[in-house]
This record gives sequence, structure tokens and C-alpha cells, in this order.
Amino acid sequence: MDMSAMPVAQLRGAVKRYGALTALDGLDLLLRRGELLALLGPNGAGKTTAIGLLLGLHRADAGQVELCGRDPQQLAARRHIGVMLQNATLPPTLRVRELLRLTASYYPYPRVLQESAELAGVGDLLDRPCGKLSGGQQRRVQFALALCGRPRLLFLDEPTVGMDIEARQSLWAAIRRLVGEGCSVLLTTHYLEEAEALADRVCVMARGRTIHEGTVDELRARVAMKRIRCLSTLAPQVVGGWPEVAEARSENGRLHLTTAEAEVVVLRLLQTDAYLRELEVQRAGLAEAFTELTRDAAEASAVQREAA
Amino acid sequence: MDTLLTLDASPDSVAMPLGRVLGAYLAEARSECLRYLRAPGFMLPITLFPGMFYLVFGVLMAKGEGADASRYLLASYATFGVMSPGLFGFGVSLAMERDGGLLTLKRALPMPPGAYLFGKMLMAMAAAGFVVLLLLALSQLARVALSPGQACALFAIGVLGVLPFCALGMFVGTLIKGQGAPGMLNLIYLPMSFLSGLWFPLPMLPKVLQQVAPLWPSFHLDRLALAAVGMRQDALLPHVLVLLGFTVGFLLLAARRLRRFG
Repeated sequence: MDMSAMPVAQLRGAVKRYGALTALDGLDLLLRRGELLALLGPNGAGKTTAIGLLLGLHRADAGQVELCGRDPQQLAARRHIGVMLQNATLPPTLRVRELLRLTASYYPYPRVLQESAELAGVGDLLDRPCGKLSGGQQRRVQFALALCGRPRLLFLDEPTVGMDIEARQSLWAAIRRLVGEGCSVLLTTHYLEEAEALADRVCVMARGRTIHEGTVDELRARVAMKRIRCLSTLAPQVVGGWPEVAEARSENGRLHLTTAEAEVVVLRLLQTDAYLRELEVQRAGLAEAFTELTRDAAEASAVQREAA
Repeated sequence: MDTLLTLDASPDSVAMPLGRVLGAYLAEARSECLRYLRAPGFMLPITLFPGMFYLVFGVLMAKGEGADASRYLLASYATFGVMSPGLFGFGVSLAMERDGGLLTLKRALPMPPGAYLFGKMLMAMAAAGFVVLLLLALSQLARVALSPGQACALFAIGVLGVLPFCALGMFVGTLIKGQGAPGMLNLIYLPMSFLSGLWFPLPMLPKVLQQVAPLWPSFHLDRLALAAVGMRQDALLPHVLVLLGFTVGFLLLAARRLRRFG
């Protein structure tokens, strides 16, 4: 049996409404054992709501929510998870050591304190009161709290916000180490390079739905497209007919092409149009892909609304 | 597949040893107590006000009126002093932790839900016990003669009597988020103390106020405290029942709101 195929957490057709606002609109999400899934999407896409359902903080209005094969509102389901939320003010007068010990007490088989502290890089902060920590230090302490219970599944909601580059790198290293030990991670982030550096799979959300799901490479492939811009006498309709050209349009008298095979297209352009000038070839990045994906989704829903 | 699943689940499945569950309750209580002992903004007002009031009105100014006035005011200020750790310890911290996201984090973690309330409750009881001890010590300046039994009874009433106010504070904490809670709680705390005759004995208040006094839980707690120090001999059971009902009622209301709105 392939253990890695077993879901540790999943949403099936999850719907969550807040009054007139539909935060989740039939979301499907599946997290397999030992994988790191990055949940991406613009603000208000429903990422935090999705996590809230999986943590048992809210009940879904429709659909199914499962955490370690159980209802997440059961304590037993949550004994396998570690959580790092976006904003939690730690009790200011408690010392880091005390807070870690307290959090570890909720779990059946927690890590020893020193191990949690070292993994999260807070060994030197243990005797500091939480109220005296900087933003980045607070995030690291929260990460230590998340992993202290030896979780099978980690929820990390924007874990590196407010961290400097060095702290971010060491947090990434710690996350990779945990994944290496077989821990599954659900990560939400605004930093695409974070998803790129860590994730096995990426799920892009917009308006409470998944609009793209796949490996990082697949997402990148969707954007492995290159952009060609030039001043040309050729009409976009003509160039658009070439088999390698995905899209062709004219903008401000400039020809804009999208293609996966830039070299072939450039060669043909130069052969066909002797007056071609100001040729530019650009690679689309993950960030661009992401913007495009979410914009496409926005346009699609606008079209749907018009049609309706 | 089924067997594999169970095999796989067994090493770290559901079972949490009972000892560790108890440990979680104790750890929560311990850290609640530590937090508040270290927060001067909490400990100073709840000990200073009843202590100072009693020293001024019950010890220094009551000298001419004899030990009975000091004895009477010992019960009243003990009641006054016991209310605040319940109302503020529970209400303000709940309102703050709802606002700051700490409660959300704790709800997402596998914290036994009772542990959170148990921890705060124990902290409030400890603080209330401390206030009563302080007042008992001050009462000796006014030479209030108390038998060990009376002193113990007052102490016990203080420690248990904080519970109805914990429930009320908790309910207010579920209604208001963040910085608004202390103001709201003071609006409950101070008028209720006055209306229950904790500052001036009830017979000195207008008739109407005397008649509505039994509405306030602090009135009933004061009756019990007065009985403990030997100032009254009326039946205690009705007061105990009212306080019990009040506690259960507000606890249920608060629990319902917490479950619905978090």
C-alpha cells in the first residue's frame, strides 16, 4: 500500500458563508502524508477560512472536513497537529520556556524542550518574557510551539512574515527537516519564492475555490511561457496562426506574443519580417503566473456573472 | 488496508495517558497564576483597593465605633475584594485573548477545553484567597476578635465566592473584545458593590435600593461573609442557592457564546 497517498487532511466541497459573503465556495483540498502543500492566493481568497475549518475553529456550512481521519473539532484529531497562526499575541509575562512547556503538555508524546527550541532556533530566547521579543523572534517562538508536540501535520499560516532573510532561511531548513521526518505541512504564504523553495504541491485559490492545483513544476510549466515583444509589420492574426504561438496581440503598435518555444518563433519572425525591430524576449516568473492565474479566475467569474 | 491503518495509527494514536491530561490542566493553571502574579496591572488594583478602603474606613475611621463596625466592614470589604479577581481576572483576560488571537491558537491546539477555564478559575481563587488573608491581617489592627473557625469560614467563602463573578466576568469577556472590557466591567463592579451595601451598610441606602439589593450576587455573598464573621444568623442556604444558580446561568450563557462566536 502506498502510505504517502493517504490523506492526513482534506476538505471536500467545503462551503463557508459569513452572512452574504461566501468565503469558501465548494473547496476541495487534499493533503497527503509527508508532503508540503502550499496554499497561495490573494487576500480574501479564503485561505485562512480553509485553515480555520481544518483546525476545527469553524464549522463548514456544507461539505466534509477531515483531519487525520476525524472531525477536527475532536481533541483526538488535533493531538497530531501543530499550529502557527498569522497573529497570536503571546502572553507577555510568560517566559518562552514556560510557554513551550505549557504547549508541550497538551500532547501525548512531545519533544523534549531543548529539541524544540533548537529546531526553531530559539535556544537563546528561553528565559525571555514573550512580551520582550521582537516580531521575528515571536514568529520563531510560535514555530517552536507548533512543532513541540511532535506533530504529523503542521499548519503554518504565513510563517515568515516579519522575519529577516537569515531567520527565514533557517526556518525553511527546519521545515525541510520536519518534512524529511515524514511530517506533512500545509503552508500559506504570500512569498512565491517560499512556495518555490519548499512545496511539493501548490494550490492556488481565488474567491473560495481552487483555480490551480499541481506540483511546483506544473505551475511553473504553466508559466514556462515566454513573452516576445517587437515592432513588426506582421499582423497579429498572421503570427497567431503559427503553431508555436499561444497568443498574439497588438498593443500600442507593438506585437506581443506568448510562446513556449521562443527560439523557434524568433527565428521565424526574423525570417519573415526583414524590418523587425526592438526585439525583446522575457521569461514569465512564478509571480507573473500567479497574477495571471488569479486574473483569469476573476475574468472567468465576471463572464459568468454577465452570462447569468 | 484496515489492519495497516490501525497498525500505523497505534504508536501515536488518540490515547493520551490520563497522567498527561491532568498534567495539561496543572500546566495551564500554573502558567495562568504565573502570568497574573507577574502582571502588576492586575495584582495591584485587586489587592490595593479593598486593602486601602478597609484600612481607612474599617480600621482607622471605625475606631470610635468599636470592633463591631470593623467586623461588619471586614465582611463587606472581603466581598468587595473577592469580586474583582473573578470579574477582571476572567473577563479582561478572556476579552484580551479573544482579541489578540491567543484564544484562537489555543482552540486550534489540542488543549483540553476545560483546562483553559480551570486555569483561570484557579488563578482567580488564589487571588481571592490572598485578598481575604490581607483583610484578615488588617482586621487584627482593629482588634476584631475572630475565632479560627470564623477566619477559616471567611477565607473559604472568599475562595469559593469568587466563582459567580468568574462566570459573570467570563460572560462579559465573550461580549466585548479587547480594551473595552475593563471599562465595562468597572461599570458592573462598582455600582453593584454600592447597591449591595458593600460601601455603606444597606440600611443607610434609600428604601428602593434596599428592596432591589437581593438581585445582585454580591448581596448574597456579603450575607454569607457577614454570617461567617458572626454578624448575622439568618438562613444561609437560600443565599448559597442563588449564587450557585447565578454561576451556572452565566457559565452556560458564556459557554454558548464562546462555542458560537469563539
